Amino acid sequence: MSHHIVELKDVRFCYPDGTEALKGVSFKIFHGESVGITGANGAGKTTLLLTLNGHLLPTAGEISIGDIPLTKKMRQEIRKKVGFVFQNPDDQLFMPTVYEDVAFGPINLGLTPEKVDERVRNALEMVGCIHLMPRPPHRLSEGQKRAVAIASVMAMNPDILVMDEPASNLDPKSRRQLINLLKSFRHSKIIASHDLDMILDVCERCLIIKDGKVVADGPSEEILSNEKLLEENNLELPLSRNHSRLYLRS
Amino acid sequence: MSFDLEYFNLGYLDTLSYKNTFVHRLDPRIKILVSFTFIFFVVSFPKYELSGLMPFFIYPVFLLTAGDIPLRAIAKKVLFISPFAIFVGIFNPLFDTDVLITIFGIPVSGGWISFISIIVKFILTVSTALLLIAVTSFPGICEALERLKLPGIFVVQLLFLYRYLFVLLEETLKILRAREAKSFGKKGKEVKTFIRIISVLLLRSVDRAERIYRAMLSRGFRGEIRVLKTHRLRLQDVFFAAFSVIIFYIFRNFNLVSFIGENLKSSFR
Repeated sequence: MSHHIVELKDVRFCYPDGTEALKGVSFKIFHGESVGITGANGAGKTTLLLTLNGHLLPTAGEISIGDIPLTKKMRQEIRKKVGFVFQNPDDQLFMPTVYEDVAFGPINLGLTPEKVDERVRNALEMVGCIHLMPRPPHRLSEGQKRAVAIASVMAMNPDILVMDEPASNLDPKSRRQLINLLKSFRHSKIIASHDLDMILDVCERCLIIKDGKVVADGPSEEILSNEKLLEENNLELPLSRNHSRLYLRS
Repeated sequence: MSFDLEYFNLGYLDTLSYKNTFVHRLDPRIKILVSFTFIFFVVSFPKYELSGLMPFFIYPVFLLTAGDIPLRAIAKKVLFISPFAIFVGIFNPLFDTDVLITIFGIPVSGGWISFISIIVKFILTVSTALLLIAVTSFPGICEALERLKLPGIFVVQLLFLYRYLFVLLEETLKILRAREAKSFGKKGKEVKTFIRIISVLLLRSVDRAERIYRAMLSRGFRGEIRVLKTHRLRLQDVFFAAFSVIIFYIFRNFNLVSFIGENLKSSFR
């Protein structure tokens, strides 16, 4: 699997108010790879993710997903390949019931009602939420909302999963379930998070972004144990790498 | 704080609609059509009618009991909007002073009768509308409206209204709590801060709308939301509709109350 699936070449993005959020980002992601993206608040993580399926079009540089270059015209095609899980599940779940929400994507793909039903059931089964089918989203817990949001994306059978802070606001058990769920997916994954332990667990590769540029790119183990690099980026050693120091302190 | 209570109160009607009783299972289209026919029949009575309206109470009472809805929940809401009906009718007794009937020697003017008639019609129609919501889930109503050929854009508006009403209320709740925590006594509760809170809410909603739109686009939204058709018309739905409409028709055209009254009178003689 050497064929790359996501490629960014010197991508720049400038918000209308003049803020330069991305100042030349380049990287390649290969089939089946899981990549964590981290960095300080305001480093440009969310902006970067939003360019990946064309919500924001780069002001300069090139993005290609699979073999398709990201342009205004090709956005619709790219969105079929890239499943986007947003940070706030209340934004993601906009239909009145869980079932309809998960069915929204497949219906828009033009599938037959039977196929839609099958996709919805499979996706909900996968995240363990089949019993929530008739419920309205405002009656779910945060962890359930998160799982349903993931199901609503999985129902479209994307090639790549893009997630913005998937583990925020979850209790430890829900977080652990989410991590196990993510590990069970064979898709290419791009996960932006400050939860470095999760990145260490789920992603074999990690990027650090600072002021709209990639400052580190390599195996998670290596990058997330580089204390100096992490501290420069307002980050800390992940807890699981920090045991010895915790002992020393106490 | 009362806003908290109102918030949970609003959710209450919604919780009721997820019960599973005979009326909850009926096709929402049927429930909407029957309820509208009911309202149509009720308001079609002339303004001095009182006795003819009474049998119609059977429909809301049926929904209430068969749907296992607590009376208090509905009664409170009806009471809450009753000032509107009272103001509509309050001047009738002043303008219309012709004595129509005398009860135990007290002359009752036409104005009072039409006033009470307005109140009764109000209670009947409003409680039916509320009960319709309490025994039908909101998505069900939206589906029904769509299938009854209401333009899609209105249905979508309703869907989003329902979905984000709770989110918006929760956001308001958080802001109000934060204000409560930082304002002591009267300070901090002036109209000026209230206006700012409204503007903050508006800006946040615009931001949220943007994020929701992105989420919709990333799942292939192209300007059209299709509502799923989950309900199928069954025999019992048709029976329910036919039966209710026939009953309403009988109630409208034959005055049962005076019929029973006359019979009782003659049997006591």
